[in-house]
Amino acid sequence: MSHHTITVDDLSFAYPDGTRALDGVSFGAGHGEAIAVVGANGAGKSTLLLHLNGLLTPEHGSVDIGGVPVTKATLPDIRRTVGMVFQDPDDQLFMPTVAEDVGFGPLNLGLAPEEVAARVHAALARVAAEHLAERPPYRLSGGEKRVVAIATVLAMEPKVLVMDEPSSGLDPRARRRLIDLLEGFEHTRLVATHDLDLAATLCERTIVLGRGRVLADRPTTDVFRDDALLEAGGLERPLGMLACPVCGAATARADA
Amino acid sequence: MSTVAAGLSALDRLDRLARLDSPVHRVDPRAKVIATGVFIVCVVSSTKYEILGLLPFAVFPMVLAAEGDLPLGFLGKLLLVASPFAVVMGAFNPVFDREVVAHLGPVPITGGLVSYASIVLRFALTVGAALVLTATTSFTGICLALERLRVPEVLVTQLLLLYRYIFVLGDEARRMGQARRLRSFGRRGLGWHVYGQMLGQLLLRTFGRAQRLYLAMKSRGFDGSIRVARRLHFGPRDLAFTLVWSALFVLFRVVNLPLALGHLLVGAGR
Repeated sequence: MSHHTITVDDLSFAYPDGTRALDGVSFGAGHGEAIAVVGANGAGKSTLLLHLNGLLTPEHGSVDIGGVPVTKATLPDIRRTVGMVFQDPDDQLFMPTVAEDVGFGPLNLGLAPEEVAARVHAALARVAAEHLAERPPYRLSGGEKRVVAIATVLAMEPKVLVMDEPSSGLDPRARRRLIDLLEGFEHTRLVATHDLDLAATLCERTIVLGRGRVLADRPTTDVFRDDALLEAGGLERPLGMLACPVCGAATARADA
Repeated sequence: MSTVAAGLSALDRLDRLARLDSPVHRVDPRAKVIATGVFIVCVVSSTKYEILGLLPFAVFPMVLAAEGDLPLGFLGKLLLVASPFAVVMGAFNPVFDREVVAHLGPVPITGGLVSYASIVLRFALTVGAALVLTATTSFTGICLALERLRVPEVLVTQLLLLYRYIFVLGDEARRMGQARRLRSFGRRGLGWHVYGQMLGQLLLRTFGRAQRLYLAMKSRGFDGSIRVARRLHFGPRDLAFTLVWSALFVLFRVVNLPLALGHLLVGAGR
C-alpha cells in the first residue's frame, strides 16, 4: 500500500434500533491529507469513523483504504493501516501499565519481543511520554491519558490516523501540545471534533455532517466563513475567527 | 470520603506497595501464589475446633510482611474492613453448639465459642496472607502467575480487566453518589428505590463501556487472547521458597506444634 488514501462511497448505516446514522455519505482523502469532520451531536461523526476500520459494516455503500476495500477478509490489514484513537482514553487503555498497553497492538501483530520493545519506546518518545511507561493508566492525568492513547495507536505504525474528539477534556496547554503533536504527523488524518479551532489549525479541509449526510466538503477557511452552512450544521464560527470580545479588534485570521 | 473512594484509595495503596523492592517482592509471583495456595488449603482444612494448631501459620504472613517492608497498621486496617463477613458468618455457632468443652477458671467454654474463634482466626490468617501476597506481588503479577500456571486464559483476562476497570467503575459510582447527595439535602433522598435505579444505571454504563472497550481492542488486533511481554524468571531461590514454605505448612497441619511443645514441657516438668 503506497497510497494512504480513504475513499468512502455512498455509505449508509442504521443502528439496530432503527436510528439512521449515515445516509449516503461519500468523500475521499488524499495521501497525507488532514481532514476535519464536524457536525452537531448525533450528526453521525462517530458512526462514520467506526466504518473506517471495519468496526461497523456498511448497510449500503463501501469504504476503501489505500485501494483495499474494507471487508471481513481484509480486516487484519485494514486495522494495521488505520489507527483509531477513541474519544475516551479510558476505553483505550486497558492493560496494567502504559508500556504494556502500547505493546498490546504490536504483540497482536505477532512481532518479536525486542521489536515490540523498540516500537513501544519509539511511540512513547514520539508523544514525549517515555517517563510514563511503567505507570498504571488509572493514575495518569487527562492529558497524559490522551497522548498515551495516541501512542498505543502509533506503535502499530499505521498509515492513516482516525481520531474521535482528540481535544475534549484537555486543559488549554495540553490541548495546544496535542495540536502541535498532530500537526507534526505525516499520516493521512481524519479528525472528528467539536473543537473548531483545532480543525482550523490542523486541517486544510473540513467535512460538515448533518443528520447523516454530507452538508459540505470544502477548504476549512471557506467552511467557517459560511454562516448559513454553520447554522445548518448546528455549529458556530471558531473563536479564532471571531472579533475579540473585549477590544473588538478582529484577529489575524478573521475574514482576511 | 465516601466508602467507594476509601476502598479505591486502599487498592491504590496496595498497588503502590507492590512496586517496592524487597527480597519478598523479588520472589517469582508463581512461587508466592503456589505457597499462598498451599497455606490457604492447610489452614482451611483444619478441624472445626482447631485454635492452637492454627497459631504457627501466622508465621507466614508475618515474615513476609516484615521482609517485604509492609506497613502492618495499613494491612491490619484492611483486615478489619473485611472482617464483618467472618464475624457474622460464625455468629450463630455459640448459640447452636452449647456443649461445654472446657473451663477457663469458673467460666465455661462451649464448643460453639471455640469453633467461632477458630473461624475468625482462619479468616484472619487466610485474608492476611492474601493481602500480603497482593502487596508484595501486585494484582497484575498474580494474574500473570495464574496464566503461567495454566489457569484458563478467559479467567485471567477477566481478572486483569476487572482490576483495570474497578477504578473507572468506582469513580463513576462515586460521581453518581455525589450527584445524589447534592440534591437530597441531608435526607435519604427517596431511599432504596433510588439506589436500585442507580445500580441499574451503573450496569448500563458498564455495558456501554464494555462495548467501546471491545471496539478499541479489536482496532488493535485483539483476537481473544491478551499477550503480555513481561518475562518471569523462576530460579532455584523461587523453588526453595515454594518448597520450604509448603513443607512447613503441611508440617503445621499434620503436627499440632503448640500442643506437642506443651506436652514436651509439661512432660519434662513432671
